[in-house]
Amino acid sequence: MEPLRAILGEARSVSTPVLEAVGLHKRFGAVIACHDVSVAFDAGELVGVVGPNGAGKTTFVNVVTGYVAPDSGYIKYRGREHSGLTPRTAVTLGIARSFQHPQLYESLTVLENALIALAVKERRHASWRPLKQARALQGASALLERFELGEAADVEVGQLPEGRRKVLDIAMSFALRPSVLLLDEPTSGVSAAEKFALMDTVTGALAEAQMTVLFIEHDMEVVERYARRVLAFVEGRIIADGRSADVLGDARVRELVLGVAEGA
Amino acid sequence: MKIDPGNLRRLLGVVLLVAVLALLGLWLAGWTRFLLTVALGESLAVIGVALLMRAGLVSFGQGLFSAVGAYAVAYGMRLWGIHEALLLLAVAVAASTLLAVAIGPLICRYRQIFFAMISLAFSMVLYSILLKFNTATGGSDGMEVTAATVLGYHAAAKALAGVYYYLTLACFGVALFATAAYYASPAGYLARAVRDNEIRLEYLGASVSRETFRAYIFAAALTGLSGGLFALAVGHVSPTLAYWTKSGEFLFAALLGGTSSPIAPVVGTVVFESLNSYLSAYLPNVWQMALGAIMLAIILLMPRGLWSLYERFSARHAA
Repeated sequence: MEPLRAILGEARSVSTPVLEAVGLHKRFGAVIACHDVSVAFDAGELVGVVGPNGAGKTTFVNVVTGYVAPDSGYIKYRGREHSGLTPRTAVTLGIARSFQHPQLYESLTVLENALIALAVKERRHASWRPLKQARALQGASALLERFELGEAADVEVGQLPEGRRKVLDIAMSFALRPSVLLLDEPTSGVSAAEKFALMDTVTGALAEAQMTVLFIEHDMEVVERYARRVLAFVEGRIIADGRSADVLGDARVRELVLGVAEGA
Repeated sequence: MKIDPGNLRRLLGVVLLVAVLALLGLWLAGWTRFLLTVALGESLAVIGVALLMRAGLVSFGQGLFSAVGAYAVAYGMRLWGIHEALLLLAVAVAASTLLAVAIGPLICRYRQIFFAMISLAFSMVLYSILLKFNTATGGSDGMEVTAATVLGYHAAAKALAGVYYYLTLACFGVALFATAAYYASPAGYLARAVRDNEIRLEYLGASVSRETFRAYIFAAALTGLSGGLFALAVGHVSPTLAYWTKSGEFLFAALLGGTSSPIAPVVGTVVFESLNSYLSAYLPNVWQMALGAIMLAIILLMPRGLWSLYERFSARHAA
């Protein structure tokens, strides 16, 4: 990837990357979902991840967050090597994620979902003091307001429309105040009309937090508009990595990811 | 430590309920009061089962812990010569909690039918031990539990049932408040979170196995206390406490009452025990069939238990 980087002339900061994947390799039977992937991310980057279905985007997220163990390779977080990660240890380090299919507590309200995320973040699992105490409620309300979910606070999550579920899913990961947040298709299943509003809400909420954000996205309009850097995955490899305009304009990316034949 | 307003409200609710039941004890006839003593004691085991159900765990062997609690009381008297009820109950809770700490890490790795079966297996192992080692356990005859003192007070034989009623009521109140506080606490919500979505819980940085283990231990302590109270009130322990039908009764009562509030399983237990007594008295030949029919009706018409009636009622009045 480095040559392409050099060609695209992207300036790399000299500081240690917040997250680095080194030679990540993962095979599922005959399919290599992650083929020797090495890539680094700096603090505060907003990175779009594109690629056709089955290109290994979600596998990359799963490996980085410890849901799937790589066959080889490891990740470095703030310069330190970590192998044998689990979702729990990844979160404890500061790497959180959201899901393509929101993973929520369906039988609880939006507010209770937020309260649980904050209680875990503040390590109040074993406390005998109620979950719904004044200070915790303030924190949860602030979180929901930040993601424009305030008016839905008392709605049972099972009753929530998909767009709001997506946002709540992201809000719960954000509540953990990670340094790196990976969003798996934040706009899939959301109507075209709502997509930009959703991304505005999310990027707005994340902007001040200085988080490194990676988002997997199929909608190129969304990628163009929000990502400053883009990674293109094809068959488990990163075929392009650089400034979004450059990557989206790259001939191979246009052919393999966007399905646009050159000269057309 | 400052008491949280929510917990203060829960405490007042429990105190009010206990006060009503205390007055009821003065008014009830001896045998109905005994029925209520047994039901309130047993309700703690049913709360334990309901508490596990909230975490998505269906225990088919909760009788394990009520038997351990009951036999702990019997052995406490026989081997160590303890005759103070509160001490005996402390031994019962300690024994069941210790057992839960020992076997919990294994059992809490399982879910659904596997959890049900492995909990059933452990209780049946204890049942066999209690049955077969008859020189130490009294075999199928069990063991006698003689009258204990309460806070040093040695009640006359006639007054003992009354004293045990108030002892049970006091333990019931403490356990009910502890359960209500637990349900409202982060740990209580995390147990529900385990049932709803384990993946999300791990991705929040919490441990699913730690949360289920916590619920398992709490349920075991409640059930051990329940067994200890039963041993004192009935004056006798036998292996049937660990038999699977006993655990089935706990489940039945939990389903009958519901699991959404700490008081729901108590309602379930009292109704179940009353049905048990009255049906067997009035329909001696078909009472089990009648019980089955009632169970079927509850599951079909009120899948969230009798307590859902109250919830529907209060929701309508709140609206």
